[in-house]
Amino acid sequence: MRELTYVEATLEALDSAMARDPSIFVVGEGIGERGGNFNTTVGLYEKYGPERLCDTPISERGFVGMCAGAAMTGTRPVVDFMFLDFILDAFGELVNQIAKMQYMSSGRLKMPILLRGAIGIGHSAATHHSGSYYPIFAHLPGFRVVVPAIPSDAKGLFATALQSDDPVLFLEHKSLLFNRGDVPEGDYTIPFGQARIAREGSDCTLVAIGSMVDKSVSVCDKLAEDGISAEVIDPRTIAPLDMATVLESVNKTGRLIIVDETFQPCGVGAEIAAQVIDQGFDDLDAPIRRLNGAHVPTPYSPPLELAIVPESDDIEQCVRDLLAE
Amino acid sequence: MAQSEQLLSLYKQMLIIRYTEEQLARSHQMGLIHGACHTYVGEEAIATGVCAHLRPDDAVFSTHRGHGHALAKGVSPREVVAELFGRATGCSQGRGGSMHLFKPEVGMMGTSGIVGPCILQAAGAGYSFKLLKTDQVGVAFFGDGAVNNGAFHEGLNLASIWKLPTLFICENNLYATEVPFSYSSGNPHVGNRGPAYGIESLTVDGNDVLAVYEAAEEAVQRARGGEGPTLIECRTYRTRAHAEGMRDAGYRTQEEVEEWKERDPITRYNEWLLENEEAGTETLAAIEAEVKEMVADAEEFGRNSPWPEPETVSEHVFNQR
Ligand SMILES: Cc1ncc(C[n+]2csc(CCOP(=O)(O)OP(=O)(O)O)c2C)c(N)n1
Ligand SMILES: [Mg+2]
Repeated sequence: MRELTYVEATLEALDSAMARDPSIFVVGEGIGERGGNFNTTVGLYEKYGPERLCDTPISERGFVGMCAGAAMTGTRPVVDFMFLDFILDAFGELVNQIAKMQYMSSGRLKMPILLRGAIGIGHSAATHHSGSYYPIFAHLPGFRVVVPAIPSDAKGLFATALQSDDPVLFLEHKSLLFNRGDVPEGDYTIPFGQARIAREGSDCTLVAIGSMVDKSVSVCDKLAEDGISAEVIDPRTIAPLDMATVLESVNKTGRLIIVDETFQPCGVGAEIAAQVIDQGFDDLDAPIRRLNGAHVPTPYSPPLELAIVPESDDIEQCVRDLLAE
Repeated sequence: MAQSEQLLSLYKQMLIIRYTEEQLARSHQMGLIHGACHTYVGEEAIATGVCAHLRPDDAVFSTHRGHGHALAKGVSPREVVAELFGRATGCSQGRGGSMHLFKPEVGMMGTSGIVGPCILQAAGAGYSFKLLKTDQVGVAFFGDGAVNNGAFHEGLNLASIWKLPTLFICENNLYATEVPFSYSSGNPHVGNRGPAYGIESLTVDGNDVLAVYEAAEEAVQRARGGEGPTLIECRTYRTRAHAEGMRDAGYRTQEEVEEWKERDPITRYNEWLLENEEAGTETLAAIEAEVKEMVADAEEFGRNSPWPEPETVSEHVFNQR
C-alpha cells in the first residue's frame, strides 16, 4: 500500500468530498492560497477557488458564529483553526448555539459543521499553542469528538465527519501530523464510536489516546521481550466512546491503564474507569490506573515541558507496577 | 519636542530592540530558541516612542510580536534573551518563552499567544486606575490583524463609555501573517475609526520615532488628565518573516520589502539626528558600541544560565502566598 502523512490523508478525504459536494466550504486563517499553516488545504484553493477556501480575518467568534448560520441553511462548513487553542474565543457560539441547535429546533435544523485544529504539547509551543481540550467538548451533549492516531484512521474518520449532520470536532495532535503510514486509496469511511485494537495482548489493557497510541504500542512491544503481553486500544473517537471494546479487553486482561496527554481531573480516563467499574467490576484484578499530563498550563522551557507529558518510561513503569499488584 | 538627552535615549532604545532581535534571529538559527520567535525588526520606533512617556507603574499589554514592547518597557535584554532560551533567569522563569514575557514589576503585563486580549486588558487597567484615582495609564499594543477581532470593537467601546485612561496603539504592518489588511478589512484605515466609538484617533508614520513620540505624548496626557482613551494607528512594516524560520515569499514582493527597508526607522532617525546637529557621528557610534556590548552580554548570560528545575513545574498554578 502507498504511504501518506496524516495531513495528506485528511487532505485526500477533504478533496474528494469537496469534488462531490459543492456545499462544502472551508474557512480559516491562511487556508486559501497559502494552503494552511499545517498544510491542511494545500492545492485546494487552485481547484475550488476563494469562495470555497475562504481566508478569514482573525475573527474566531465571528466566523464560527457565521458558520453556524451557514450550517443551518444548507451548506457544510469546515472550520480550520490551525491551532485548536483559538477555538476558545468562540466558546459561546459552540456551546450555546452549535451543540444545542438540533435539540432546540426539535431536530428540524441540522448542524453539519466540522471543526478541526492541531492539538497537543510539544516543541515548546507554550501555553497558548498546546491545548487539547477534548474532554471539555466530550462533556457536552451535541458534539462528536474525533482524535485519530494514524493516517489511515485520519482519512476514514475525516470522510465520516464530512458526512455527519452533527457538529464534529476533529483534533489532530501536532506530533502526528507528519507521521507516515499506509493509507488505502479511494473513498472509505470509518464509523464513529468504533475503537481500534492497536496491539493485541492478554495481561493488561492500555487505552491510549492520540499521540499516546504509538508511544504505548512501542512500550508494549518492548515489554513483550520480558514476556509481558499488553493490549493497546485506540478509541479513535471520544464521543461517542466505544466502551464495548474496552470492556471486552478488560474481561480478558483484568487490568486497565488509561494513557492520555490531557488533564486527569474530570477527564476521559475518569469516564472510562467509571464505566468499567460500573459494567466490568468483576473482571478487574487490580485497581485502574490513569497516566495523564500534569494538571498545569503548558510551560515553554524544554525540561519543564518534558516533565508534564507521559513519556515511554512512565508508561513502562506503570504497566510493570500494575502487573505487580 | 523632546530634549537632547531624550533624543539620544530614543536612539539607544531603538538600537537595543534592533540588536536584540538580530541576536535572537541568529540564536534561533542555532537552535537556542525552542519555540516561536516573531521579531519586531522595522517596527522599533513604535514601542520606543510610546514607552518613552510611560512610568514603571503604567501597564503595557502586548502581542505575539512583543520583544520590543518588553524591552522598551524596561525588561532587560538579559531577561528577554534568557526567557527565549528557556532559562530560569528569564523574565518568565522559562515558563513562557517569546509569547509569554512578563515583568509586572516594570509594568510589562505580558506578551500573548492569543490575538486580541491585550486590547481588553488594557481597558481593564484603565478601569482600575480610574477607580483607584491614580494617574496611571493602560496601553495596548496590537497588530492590524487584531483590529478585525471582536476584542477591538468591544474594548474601544468600553474604554469610550467609561472614559478610561487607555492608549490603543495599532501597529499596522499591512499583513496578518500573510493576509493583507486590505483584504481582511472592509475599511483599510484604522486611525479614522475613533469617531465610530466616540474617542480620539489618528494615524502616524510608525517608522518615524518622533511622530510616534509626539502623538503618544498627547495621548498619555489626555489619559492622565481624565479625558479618556486614544487610538493611534502607526503605519509600519516588518522587514523579516512573520516568524523566524517561516517562508517570506508568495504574499509580498521583494520590491515592497526593499522599499520599506529604505524607510528604516533607525537609519532615518540617525540621519535626522546628524542633520539637525542633535548628535555627532562619534556620539552615535559610541551608543551603537555600548548597545552591541549589552546585547552580546545578554546572549552570553542567556546561554550560561541554568535551566528551570522540573520539580518547579506545578508552582504558581494557584496563589502561593
Ligand atoms: C485568536 C488567535 N487567532 C489566530 C492566531 C494565529 N496568529 C498568530 S499571529 C497572527 C497574525 C497577527 O497579525 P497582526 O495582528 O497584524 O500582527 P503582526 O504579526 O502583523 O505583528 C495570527 C493569525 C492567534 N495567535 N490568536
Ligand atoms: Mg500585522
